[in-house]
Amino acid sequence: MALASTETTTSPGRVEDAHGKPFGPAAALSCRECGARYDLGPNFACIECFGPLEIAYDFGRVTREQIAEGPTNIWRYRSLLPVPADVAAKPNMAPGWTKLVKADNLARELGIRSLHVKDDSGNPTHSFKDRVVAIAVEAARNFGFHTLSCSSTGNLAGAVTAAAARAGLDACVFIPADLEEAKIVMASVYGGKLVGIEGTYDDVNRFCSELIGDELGDKWGFVNVNLRPYYAEGSKTLAYEIAEQLGWRIPDQIVIPVASGSQLTKIDKAFKELIALGLVEDRPYKIFAAQAEGCSPVSAAYKAGHDVIRPVKPDTIAKSLAIGNPADGPYVLDIARRTGGAVEDVTDAEIVDAIRLLARTEGIFAETAGGVTVGVLRKLVAAGKLDPEAETVVLNTGDGLKTLDAVADHARPTAVIRPSLDAFRTAIA
Amino acid sequence: MSVSVRIPTILRTYTDGSAEVTGEGETLRDVLQKLDADFPGIGARILDETGKIRRFVNVYVGDEDVRFVDNLDTATPSGVQVSIIPAVAGG
Repeated sequence: MALASTETTTSPGRVEDAHGKPFGPAAALSCRECGARYDLGPNFACIECFGPLEIAYDFGRVTREQIAEGPTNIWRYRSLLPVPADVAAKPNMAPGWTKLVKADNLARELGIRSLHVKDDSGNPTHSFKDRVVAIAVEAARNFGFHTLSCSSTGNLAGAVTAAAARAGLDACVFIPADLEEAKIVMASVYGGKLVGIEGTYDDVNRFCSELIGDELGDKWGFVNVNLRPYYAEGSKTLAYEIAEQLGWRIPDQIVIPVASGSQLTKIDKAFKELIALGLVEDRPYKIFAAQAEGCSPVSAAYKAGHDVIRPVKPDTIAKSLAIGNPADGPYVLDIARRTGGAVEDVTDAEIVDAIRLLARTEGIFAETAGGVTVGVLRKLVAAGKLDPEAETVVLNTGDGLKTLDAVADHARPTAVIRPSLDAFRTAIA
Repeated sequence: MSVSVRIPTILRTYTDGSAEVTGEGETLRDVLQKLDADFPGIGARILDETGKIRRFVNVYVGDEDVRFVDNLDTATPSGVQVSIIPAVAGG
């Protein structure tokens, strides 16, 4: 089934190789705003209206059986991604196929009938970013880039430096200088250059956008800037996996964290693709978006009934979600409203409480973004906005070891005692 | 008031490839009008049909996103740098 027309493109910049299509089923870049189409290239903004470009496909026939024969990582969905057929054979981090945990204890605590946690802390660098970076690495190879780069709130920087090391590319990544220690260490240990910028993530993002137009950034693949249309597609694999792990079924409702909003829009795109390809039953689903109160421009716009996002200066412990000017925010509003979901936010205290709740009930230690989704899930159930009888999935996109400071004050030894039974008896009395 | 204006790659077809051009005006609105006079057509790429900054364009005067200041009425003191940047996301 063709979701996009397959116009033949003959740009001089188009890369072809002897092994078939370098971008697999991808047919063109398409503007989400005005629909203008472009050849596949390292471009991210529409020349006509500045709108974001995304990948349009010509999928052909894709079956459950084909997918099931693939490896147990994101490459089992290669026929749905802008990558070549032989992608799995190239040096890469092979992320994905993370656990979909049946969370009966948490469900019971929250009063929900059926709940699963998609736990993406199990990826190679312990966040969902390995998925998106893996796609970007392939694009960087195809476009002949020698350096992999990004602006990052932390998780992405580590995913990029690790993937570059595996792929044999140089890396130079940019982060706000005040990030959590674990994320700084993780981003630098894999080699390459790690540059702290004095400012917020939005300042880092702006810096990278200017660098990309400068000769200093020549031949650099910025995974979330000039490779963004390719990179962003990696988030679709979360949705493919959830559907396949549920027995080829889309959940009734899903709670997704929102930073830039890209992940949420791609999960929606993937669900629609699965329906269009006949891989799952066509039934309604609701998408709920979760933000931290200290950086909640999308939630604020949703509650105010607005279509546009007013940027904010972030101030939250959920630093991986601290994007004050989310480029995909308007699309998140559209999707939440179209599907009958909602956008909600939780305070830092509620985030910490939710991290501890998830850990205590399911043995999953989430980073702050996971505290945001679980906290919002709890809030939505309590407010009656989320159906407790419907099949629900909540995302945890990163590992709690990356944000230890957030819970350190609340997670201390029960007691410190002399090594004697009497002391222990006294301590636990 | 003379200011410098940084032009993103996708708009450099209007500026003969220049990444930075000289602008003039008391406010961002004035600067963009003068820019469009110097490089016809560029204004319509930055502003939508209602005259507002397009949804996926960020404009900075100095280090400040003008959406946090006075939008098109943001003052552009002499010597300041105006940056026009396509919105991108990440994380």
